[in-house]
Amino acid sequence: MKLKELVEALSLEAKTYKDGLQKEVTGAYASDLLSDVMANAKDGNIWITLQTHLNIVAVASLKGVIGIIIVGGRKIPEDVLKKAEEEKITVMTTSLHAFELAGRIYQLLNPNYS
Amino acid sequence: MPLNITDPIEGSFQLIGGNFAQAGEASTQLKIKLSALGVDELLIRRAAIATFEAEMNVIIYAAAGWLNYHITPNCITIRVEDMGPGIEDIEKAMQEGYSTAPEWVRELGWGAGMGLPNMKKNSDTFKIDSVVGEGTTVEMVINFP
Amino acid sequence: MTELRKKTSDSRQSFSGKNVKLKEISQLLEASIIVSPENIDDINIESACSADLMSDVLYYHSPNSLLITGLTQPHVIRTAEIAGIKAILFVLNKKPDSRTIELAQQQNIPLLSTQLCMYTAAGILYEAGVRSLRDY
Repeated sequence: MKLKELVEALSLEAKTYKDGLQKEVTGAYASDLLSDVMANAKDGNIWITLQTHLNIVAVASLKGVIGIIIVGGRKIPEDVLKKAEEEKITVMTTSLHAFELAGRIYQLLNPNYS
Repeated sequence: MPLNITDPIEGSFQLIGGNFAQAGEASTQLKIKLSALGVDELLIRRAAIATFEAEMNVIIYAAAGWLNYHITPNCITIRVEDMGPGIEDIEKAMQEGYSTAPEWVRELGWGAGMGLPNMKKNSDTFKIDSVVGEGTTVEMVINFP
Repeated sequence: MTELRKKTSDSRQSFSGKNVKLKEISQLLEASIIVSPENIDDINIESACSADLMSDVLYYHSPNSLLITGLTQPHVIRTAEIAGIKAILFVLNKKPDSRTIELAQQQNIPLLSTQLCMYTAAGILYEAGVRSLRDY
């Protein structure tokens, strides 16, 4: 599934690097711990978190994570958005909680499940 | 259930910086005390959350601190005073998501910039005073209806 | 608005979470039970919350929720107790140390551990009808 389809299906708001919406999503990963994401996220994943620290961009970039979805309607600092644009990471926001968002993404990415 | 409070009740805890194992002890004990006094469950939760966040702040940032509580038939007042670095810009620190916590603290699940906003959210009156290089004092009041 | 999007926004207004037994959750996620209070067969989970940042758990007051987390320190149990969390599920096969287990026993909070990651665990539970709290 293209990131664009996921953004539309879940009414996410893309804040940075909109060219990235054409990319293919390989899967998703949910965590608020950078070490965990460093160890377990995969190339082409999208990352679900409520962490808005600047370091999330560096971690995403290092791991080939194409997009970060900030949950809970959390505001994203300007420096994070700027860095994400530079690093070509699509940062998105939603008012949904992490659990809810993960559940819905799981259904979208695994339509044959159940 | 009517509140079982006649005379003011007071108590205090000493908090040690860096002692994560101790984190939450004051809040848990306060919770038990309020419960025994017949305070409403939601009010207990608000007091416990505000106290826990305050405890965490001392443990994360300060060398040491004291937590005092004062319970009357009308309200509970929680006052936390620390010997810590102080807060340079209180207005900024009160913003959700703003934090100066180092990475290792975030790896423990804290320092996401929600501590002070959480304390404020759960108190009816919230006061904070800080002197850089000396410490921070927080006073929170939760009214009993 | 596309068909797909319409469907999602409709369901968003109408859903309310299903109550699921903790025992059923442990089976769905092939989770081991590390701390098992006597009443474990009767424990119902009304909603779930997945987070590694404890202030977020505290922010939303989540009574009767299942907390899904990658952290296993004692202060996670304290957070759960203070926020009114009913049970904790550790992901990525993380196992708590003895201090955490002891505190959970004292507080009567069941602890479970699954090999799955937070995303997959949330996906499977969502599929089973578990939802987030509506308080956002």
